[in-house]
Amino acid sequence: MSAVATCPKLAVWKFSSCDGCQLSLLDCEDELLAIAEEIEIAYFPEATSGEIEGPYDVSLVEGSVTTAHDVGRIQEVRAQSALLVTIGACATAGGIQALRNFVDVGEWIPLVYASPEYVSTLETSTPIADHVPVDLELRGCPISKAQLVDTVSALLHGRRPRLATTSVCTECKARGTPCVMVAHGTPCLGPVTQAGCGAICPAYARGCYGCFGPMESPNVAALARQWRELGAGDDVMLRALRTFNANAPAFREASYDHE
Amino acid sequence: MTALPTPDADTFVIEPEGLSALVEALCHEGYRVVGPSVRDGAIVLGEIASANELPCGWTARHEAAAYRVERRDDDAVFGWAVGPHSWKQELMPSRVRLWRASSAESVEEEPPPGRPLALFGVRSCDLHAIAIQDRVFLEGRYVERDYALRRTGAFVVAVDCGEPGGTCFCASLGTGPRADAGFDLALTELVSTEHRFVVRVGSDTGREIARLLPVRAATDADLEAALAVTDEAAGRMGRRLEAGGLRDLLAGNLEHPRFAEVAERCLTCGNCTLVCPTCFCTSVEDVNDLADGSAERWRSWDSCFSTEYSYIHGGSVRRSPRARYRQWLTHKFGTWHDQFGTSGCVGCGRCITWCPVGIDVTEELAAIRAGDGEVDHAHAR
Repeated sequence: MSAVATCPKLAVWKFSSCDGCQLSLLDCEDELLAIAEEIEIAYFPEATSGEIEGPYDVSLVEGSVTTAHDVGRIQEVRAQSALLVTIGACATAGGIQALRNFVDVGEWIPLVYASPEYVSTLETSTPIADHVPVDLELRGCPISKAQLVDTVSALLHGRRPRLATTSVCTECKARGTPCVMVAHGTPCLGPVTQAGCGAICPAYARGCYGCFGPMESPNVAALARQWRELGAGDDVMLRALRTFNANAPAFREASYDHE
Repeated sequence: MTALPTPDADTFVIEPEGLSALVEALCHEGYRVVGPSVRDGAIVLGEIASANELPCGWTARHEAAAYRVERRDDDAVFGWAVGPHSWKQELMPSRVRLWRASSAESVEEEPPPGRPLALFGVRSCDLHAIAIQDRVFLEGRYVERDYALRRTGAFVVAVDCGEPGGTCFCASLGTGPRADAGFDLALTELVSTEHRFVVRVGSDTGREIARLLPVRAATDADLEAALAVTDEAAGRMGRRLEAGGLRDLLAGNLEHPRFAEVAERCLTCGNCTLVCPTCFCTSVEDVNDLADGSAERWRSWDSCFSTEYSYIHGGSVRRSPRARYRQWLTHKFGTWHDQFGTSGCVGCGRCITWCPVGIDVTEELAAIRAGDGEVDHAHAR
């Protein structure tokens, strides 16, 4: 990957999402000042009402594609962006809203909304990469602030971003957290989930919730057998797989075994 | 400390108070003392300032994929087998900075750690693991600078194992349970009658520290009781491994059907390699400051279970879980002999206990031995 031009233009786009990942960027505080000095923040509605015309050197895209309007808009974003980086579980896997992919949306809308006629939506929530080529993905619900800053820094300086594709277990071991499955008998998605969060939940004696989606070679079937040994049956595993990254292929396909 | 008798031999006895004095003496001599304590439902290693932090009255149960700390019905301090941590976290930490640079002309190597290490409570299996890492990092053509800085001058307090765990098999490999070399002081804890520790001196530095302790001479009864602890422990290993000829067995069974079978169960999570006290694979990565242009190089633990680790031009060499498990097992028990002259396994059992799905190397190796010569035609090249 080559370094972007001097004073590059960065844009931040929102699709179907909760804005939490954009807030992670605002939450960078100290680093944000440094970022703002090095790059021109050209479009970032969550942070500023100003807007600078494209094209953009780097686009950070939050959110999933859930409407016909989204389908057209992501093409425009791609056309204006030299590098397109998706941020968060919605953009990389379809997000929590991809739970709709497992049900009949038409049946659900009247149960949720008082005036269903105003709701215009697709049958599915899909990741950005299903629609346009994506250069880099930052996983997580929300993304890791450290990964975001490191990635922006890497892109600015033409360095390879550091994005592990191994299990969350590697981060538990690196920080010295005793395994919650082995030492406490707590079901944990860590062995099948991608590292990047810093293994926060096991450090507080909780099992991993899978916010970062599937790791590079997830063996969900083998983990599910062990969960059963620990007393967590199909219903628990189904719910665990169908949360933040329900539509990530490895979690989606494995989830059918637990319906 | 007052009225300190000088140890007149290289074996003597200290009381539980003597153990406190030993921790204090090491701290006082400027060591960073790292030892066991109970935290997060496990007996883990970390810096300690006093013997009060040691896991007095605690033990742990080990089985494949299961570990529980429990209360003992006595005050034994070392009445447990190795926990999830190993001394590698001190000697080759999970993440260390190697150098930093503010420009191409000003590269600064990371300074040595401020205080030398004192490793407090090293079991025989782990002494052998440290000896293996010494061979890898210090005795080859290239010396690992960071490891050398941490290892050189490290004080080792060994502890003979009296309470092997359900996944231990050092007795099968001749790596325990009695500490035979590689220590400054070695303790055998006796709890049955009078709570005391028989201490053996293993170095001049050990003798210097021993002079600071309140000791009494060891009687024949003390020495007999100490030997009985490890003799008895050797008979209570939770696992056993037929270690003879493993190198040739594995070399002749690279296409054994067991590898595809274990790959069905393997999570490729990397836990076995990270808890292994001899696994030494690392990667280096560069980071840079967003604003000032300075850069740093860091070294972190890596694993042969990650595809990135074997990534070369065109892709990862070991894409399938079968290939990755085979790489680990055949290296640890087979090609390690060719590379470093010993087995890479010391029988500590950590990879069995801490595998989240309980894959057991002793079971896998026994299965390969039982089916010696079988070929998995579906996967073989």
